[in-house]
This record gives sequence, C-alpha cells and structure tokens, in this order.
Amino acid sequence: MAEPMGFYTDTTVCIGCKACEVACKEWNQLPSTNGGQNTLSGDSYDNTRRLDGIHWRHVKFIEQFPESRQDGRWLLMSDVCKHCVQAACLEVCPTNAIIRTEFDTVVIQSNTCNGCRDCIAACPFGVIDINPVSGTAQKCTLCYDRMQNGMEPACSKACPTDSIQFGTIAELRARAQKRVDQLHQAGETRAHLYGADEQMLGGLNSFYLLVDRPEVYGLPPDPKMPTRNLVSGTVYTIVGALMVGLAGIFSFRGRGAEEAGEVRP
Amino acid sequence: MNEPLSSTWFTVAPHWQWYIVFYFFIGGLAGGCYFIATLIDMLGRPADRPLARLGYYVAFPAVLLSGLLLTLDLTRPLRFWHMLVERNTGEPMFKAWSPMSVGSWALVVFGLFSFIAFLGALAEEDRVRWPALHRFRWPVFLGVRPPSVTGTILAVLGGIAGLFIAGYTGVLLAVTNRPIWSDTPLLGLLFVVSAASTSAALMMLLAHRYRWSMPGIRGLLRMDTWVLVLELLVVIAVLVSLGPVARAWLSIWGVLLLVVVAGGIVAPLVMSWRHLRLRELDVAASAVLVLIGGFLIRVVVIFASETI
Repeated sequence: MAEPMGFYTDTTVCIGCKACEVACKEWNQLPSTNGGQNTLSGDSYDNTRRLDGIHWRHVKFIEQFPESRQDGRWLLMSDVCKHCVQAACLEVCPTNAIIRTEFDTVVIQSNTCNGCRDCIAACPFGVIDINPVSGTAQKCTLCYDRMQNGMEPACSKACPTDSIQFGTIAELRARAQKRVDQLHQAGETRAHLYGADEQMLGGLNSFYLLVDRPEVYGLPPDPKMPTRNLVSGTVYTIVGALMVGLAGIFSFRGRGAEEAGEVRP
Repeated sequence: MNEPLSSTWFTVAPHWQWYIVFYFFIGGLAGGCYFIATLIDMLGRPADRPLARLGYYVAFPAVLLSGLLLTLDLTRPLRFWHMLVERNTGEPMFKAWSPMSVGSWALVVFGLFSFIAFLGALAEEDRVRWPALHRFRWPVFLGVRPPSVTGTILAVLGGIAGLFIAGYTGVLLAVTNRPIWSDTPLLGLLFVVSAASTSAALMMLLAHRYRWSMPGIRGLLRMDTWVLVLELLVVIAVLVSLGPVARAWLSIWGVLLLVVVAGGIVAPLVMSWRHLRLRELDVAASAVLVLIGGFLIRVVVIFASETI
C-alpha cells in the first residue's frame, strides 16, 4: 500500500474564489444543477449551498456580521469528503461499492452502487448524495484516477492560495501544526486543527485548520461511527422480541386456561 | 428546529420516504403475522388452525411486497441483486455489521419460510387441485405444517425470522448518523412491538370479516392488549432515551406522534378494557385504530428525521 494521502485545508487563506469547485466539476465531468439554470441562493455568495452527488467540493461562506454591520468577518472553507480512516459509509455499504484505495482514500464504485442510500444516512459529515445522472451515490474520489497516474487532485492543483494542500498525511500534519503555531504566535489563538489526529474517526485524511468552533463551519463537533448503536440496538430488539413472545405465550396459554375455567373471562 | 441538538444534525437525509414507510409497515405485518401463526400452531387448539393459516396467508404476499418496495426504492432497482452477490467477485455479499446487508439476507430466508408455510396452509385446506401437485409434491407440503416435527421446526425458525424482519428495521435506522434514528437504540424494540400489535390487529380484523368465532381470536385480543401496553411504555422510553434530542419532536411530527399514541395505542386499550365481553364492532374499530397507529408511527419516525 502506498503512503496515506490526503488534503490539508487551511481555511485562513481561502479567498472563496471557488476555483476548486470548478476544477472538480470539470475534471470529474459533474453535471450542472437544474440543467444549468441559474439557482442563486439569494442570501449569500454561496450558491452551491452543500455537498451532494454533483458537488464534490463546496466553498462555504460563513458570514459573521452583527446587526450594525460595523464589524465582522468572513470565514471561508472549501469542504470535501473527509476520507475518514474509520469510514462510516464504507462500513455500512451493503454492496461493497465503497472501497478503500491503496492511498488510504475512500472511493464509491459507481458501477456497483445500487442506490440504497445507506451511506448517505451513515456519513457523519453529510458529504454523500445521489448523482441524478448516474443514479448512484457519489462524492469526492480524491481524484483517484489522477493519483493513479501520479497527478495531484484537480482542486488542490487549481487552488490559487494553497488553502487546499495535497500530500502524504504525515507531511501535511507536520505542515499544519507549524501553521497553527505561527497563527498562535501572531495572536490568533483560536486556530486549531480539526481531524488531524486519530481521535476523530481514526483520523481524517482530509483535515482542516479552523479559527472557530467546528459547528460554526457546519462540521460536527463529535462525529461518530454508525455502528456504535449496533450492539445496544440489537440487544434491545431481542429483549422486545422476547417480551412479544412472552405476551403471545401468556395470551394463548391464558386463553386455553380460561376455557378450562381456571381464569375469569 | 435549526439549532443543532447533537452531532447527528450535520448529516443529510437519505431520502428514505414512502416506499420505506410502507416497507417497514408491511414487512412488520409479514413477520408479525407469521410469528403469531406459529404461536397459534404451537399453543392453539385444532379449531384455531384456520387462524394460523390466515397468518401464513398474510405473511408470504406481504414479504413479496416488501421485497418489491425495497427494490423500487433503490435508485438503480435492476441492481437489487448486488445486495446478495458481490458484483466484482461473484461471491455472496454479506456484512454481519451492516443491518441492511443482514436484512437483505433475512428477507430471502424469511421469504423461503413464508413460502413453504403458505404452500403448507394451501395444502392443508386442499385449496389447489392441480393433479401434478397432488401426485408429486402436495403431500410433502402437508408435512410442513405443525404438529409434525418438520413443521414444528419450520414454524419456530420461521417465527424467529419473522420477528427479525419486524425488528431489524429499527436497528437499521439506529446504525446511521441521522438525528433521532441514531440518537436512540430503542427503535428496533419499538418496531418489533408495534409489528406484533399491528399483526394481531390485522388478523383480528380479517377473522372478524370472515365472521370466524374460534377461541384463538380471544387470544389475539389478549395479546394485542398486552403488546399495546408494552408499546406505550416503549414510546415513552424512546422519548426519554433521546434526552435533549427529544426537542426535535416539537414539530408537526410531534403532534402526529401524540395523535398516534392517543388514537392508535391508548384508545384501543381503553376499548378493550371497557368491553371485556367482546362486541364485534369494537373489535373491528379497535383493530383499525391499531393498524392506522402502527402505520403512522413509522411515518412519524421516518419523516421526523427526514425533514431535519
């Protein structure tokens, strides 16, 4: 297996140009929304709104302005699949359409997916959705085809500010930590890394430098694996089945006894 | 409700809607009716055998319909077989830790049990008069009805598979990251209990329609009463187990949940307690309420999360 590869996204240098979104769409030949009809959100420069089956990159515009509009800031973040080391989508996929590649990334095989959508419900980040053209669940592949040919993913290649950086996970983590230290020294003490260590789903192979709480960026503060409920859910269901069985046995046995005159009707 | 109540609020809905609601309801009826038929076969009297057969007559068409609903719900329905056969290797596709994978196999297994029981019930009534069946296979199916050893084993195993079908759907919802569904481990418990109440109600309703009066019908009513009490407790337990997430019910779906509890659980219970000596109309009305309530509780559970 090749060394684990991924993205480090430094949100402090993102300028919201959306070059990554365009590059992703072009390289992966993703269709436009509503057949290309204009779909402005009307309340933000963010007209993509969310990741889905035809938007594998999404530049979030978080507008932190008070009512007076005298002060404030933009938080910009290019969101993408996190390529989790412990991947919820891969775990629940009932067809093995979702695989882990030699680069430790997570890819959906479109020719195997049958559109059950279990992965959509399982992803803790809301990354996956159905591509209406293929009728299958789709998301960022970390440009698996480009990587197999020694090329950098389209989005990071297109990023003009190096907000999106591509490389080996070990190298990216070291680089990200240096940047956090630099920001702390410059007085930006809120700077921290999201998903850069094994604590979060074994590590996110696409991790972030943030300067606010994760939920401000639309990221879950505590993402979990869906199978956390498997054992407890199964045990409670078995308990329920046993109670139903007992109720049934008692009812039908009781009826027999009742007919024999042992139980008052 | 826009404020995130847990990390599950950052996920997106899988668009599991009406096909899935109907599957959860009809699959529950399939499993529940088979299970109740097994109970009647094991514990009932000879006069109750038509009631047991009724359960098997419901279970098989219902499980067929369940498979159809699940297939139609796929965005690529012709690839339904990818659930059972690994497309790239041709090997059996099975993941013990994925409820959807296990459930797909369970549907096949339960489908087989219910098909055999269905044929056995037909044979017992001698409903089909094809000479070929009589000459070669028909007597075989008579052997698949209890109290024969084979029939007993099949009924018990099929009954367990039926309860699995009735309950695994709740575990399937729990093994996601969606709000409400994955915020409680009790949905499987709720669904298995609800499947039992709706199945008993459906069998009572059908028996009422056929104007049957065998002793097993009173057993069905008693079972339904017990299971409705259980269901009421489980609904309360689900709300408690959700903790702060229970605030998500402060919506139209919470109102509908109240309607379900009042109309689909409490009202039938009151009816059954007030009229210990059964009146026909009460039985039918109570059964219809339980069935509507059982359907709506699945609507509430699915859409309360889908619309977040």
